[in-house]
Amino acid sequence: MITTTALTKRYGDFTAVDQISFTAEPGQVLGFLGPNGAGKSTTMKMLTGFLAPTSGRATVCGFDVEEQPLQAKKALGYLPEGAPSYGEMTPRGFLDFIAALRGLSGAYRKQRLDDVIGRLQLEGVLDQSIDTLSKGFKRRVGLAQAILHDPKVLILDEPTDGLDPNQKHQVRELINAMAKDKVIVISTHILEEVHAVCNRAIVIAGGKLLADATPAELEARSRYHRAVSLTAENPEQAKTALADIADIASIEIDPQDRRLTAFPKPGKAILAAVSEALSSRQIAVSELQLEAGRLDEVFRSITLAQQVEGRA
Amino acid sequence: MNPILTIFQRELRSYFATPVAYVFIVIFLLLSGAFTFYLGGFYERGQADLEPFFRFHPWLYLFLVPAVAMRLWADERKSGSIELLLTLPVTMWQAVVAKFLAAWCFIGLALALTFPIWITVNVLGEPDNGVIVAGYLGSLLMAGAFLAIGACLSAASRSQAVAFILSVVVCFLLLLAGFPLVLDLFRAIAPQGLVDAIAGLSFFAHFNAISKGVIDLRDLLYFVFSIGFWLYANAVVIDLKKAD
Repeated sequence: MITTTALTKRYGDFTAVDQISFTAEPGQVLGFLGPNGAGKSTTMKMLTGFLAPTSGRATVCGFDVEEQPLQAKKALGYLPEGAPSYGEMTPRGFLDFIAALRGLSGAYRKQRLDDVIGRLQLEGVLDQSIDTLSKGFKRRVGLAQAILHDPKVLILDEPTDGLDPNQKHQVRELINAMAKDKVIVISTHILEEVHAVCNRAIVIAGGKLLADATPAELEARSRYHRAVSLTAENPEQAKTALADIADIASIEIDPQDRRLTAFPKPGKAILAAVSEALSSRQIAVSELQLEAGRLDEVFRSITLAQQVEGRA
Repeated sequence: MNPILTIFQRELRSYFATPVAYVFIVIFLLLSGAFTFYLGGFYERGQADLEPFFRFHPWLYLFLVPAVAMRLWADERKSGSIELLLTLPVTMWQAVVAKFLAAWCFIGLALALTFPIWITVNVLGEPDNGVIVAGYLGSLLMAGAFLAIGACLSAASRSQAVAFILSVVVCFLLLLAGFPLVLDLFRAIAPQGLVDAIAGLSFFAHFNAISKGVIDLRDLLYFVFSIGFWLYANAVVIDLKKAD
């Protein structure tokens, strides 16, 4: 549904996006992860046909965004960064305008308008000018605009940026509800969002595609993957108790919250051994957790490695 | 519905969503009246025509049209809505033409609201109404040319103020091109052909010809081509500048 082939954007000597290639199929919620300025937005702008790539190509539903821009634009919905719209208009007028440009008419138009207004809970603000709306409502108006024509491909640039936790939750629910038969690409630098909505994550930094995996696979790269963390009254005592387990590679105690983490040797499971060692020595533990892996740590190691490489 | 018509309607409505449109129309009407009666000596001339009315239109447009044009694209770029507009299923040309036509229509409306002076001159005497229609046509075409310049330059900057100043300067140069002040200067240093070419660029010469009732195809084409040229430049500038 979306393919990019060696998609590249250069500004003079600066390469904003460097040969990014990927394919996304319906049902996938693809998260673009990366630090600020990594090239996420530029990639999206090329996918939506706003910017022309320097080289490489992108297709949406089989239409090349440069050669058949109108067909590609018809097939996709786009929420640009910051959810821009026309501030002097009301959400009603704005959505009518979008509906007209999207060629919606008759009963279908009314059905779609009712659907997005309901989904995004815009009833209360329909006749207020967009300028006077809160950030959350502005973002929702932008989302409503993007999904109005029920596009097969949805591209959302930082859809939850600047929203409060409840609003973030709503937007994520909305994305999950639509995910079944669409390709959805979202960009974010919020890692919890990847967990909440994405079933695939692409890490971009310095314009390069550094990783393309499911969130679980990314977590598996973490040194915290399958580590065991626990909180004990006396962490030093617990550390001694665990010292004999052969499969443990190292044990660390967090200097701040005194939480102990035991890291396994590669490929080993240590949870059973740890809990047995603790109970046999009757060490009181208030909390014990098997870690899945920490995305923020993986994210840091992937993107920082790229920066070091870039400087060398 | 045709995308041009849809964008045109949205744009035209947006003028009236704020008081700016009304302020513009009032200023235009007041100034055109003041120029006609005080500077143009409408009554003193004792002639039933609108020559003193049309004579000052180039100067009026010099400041008022860039004021309308400055927001056309600068605003879209500043708010980021240009990204929304150009990723909807419309072509660049449709967007450029639709926004231009809406602004032109708005200026045309302001011009149409000067109709009382037409009635006045018909009550006071027996003017040649054909010349007056030609005058309105010339005025509208000239406004269109100013507007196309302003639209192009408003795409060059995010700042409306910069867009305004640039447009005024370019329009001023194009107006002055027909004046002896400029032409004499060039006559001293340049061959006659170049002097004629510069004089031929002047809005004044073409506007004056039309507003005297002489509708020459060349004068009409001059304005039509000017509008076409600057709108083409407008699309090119948007393409170049939309990334930053």
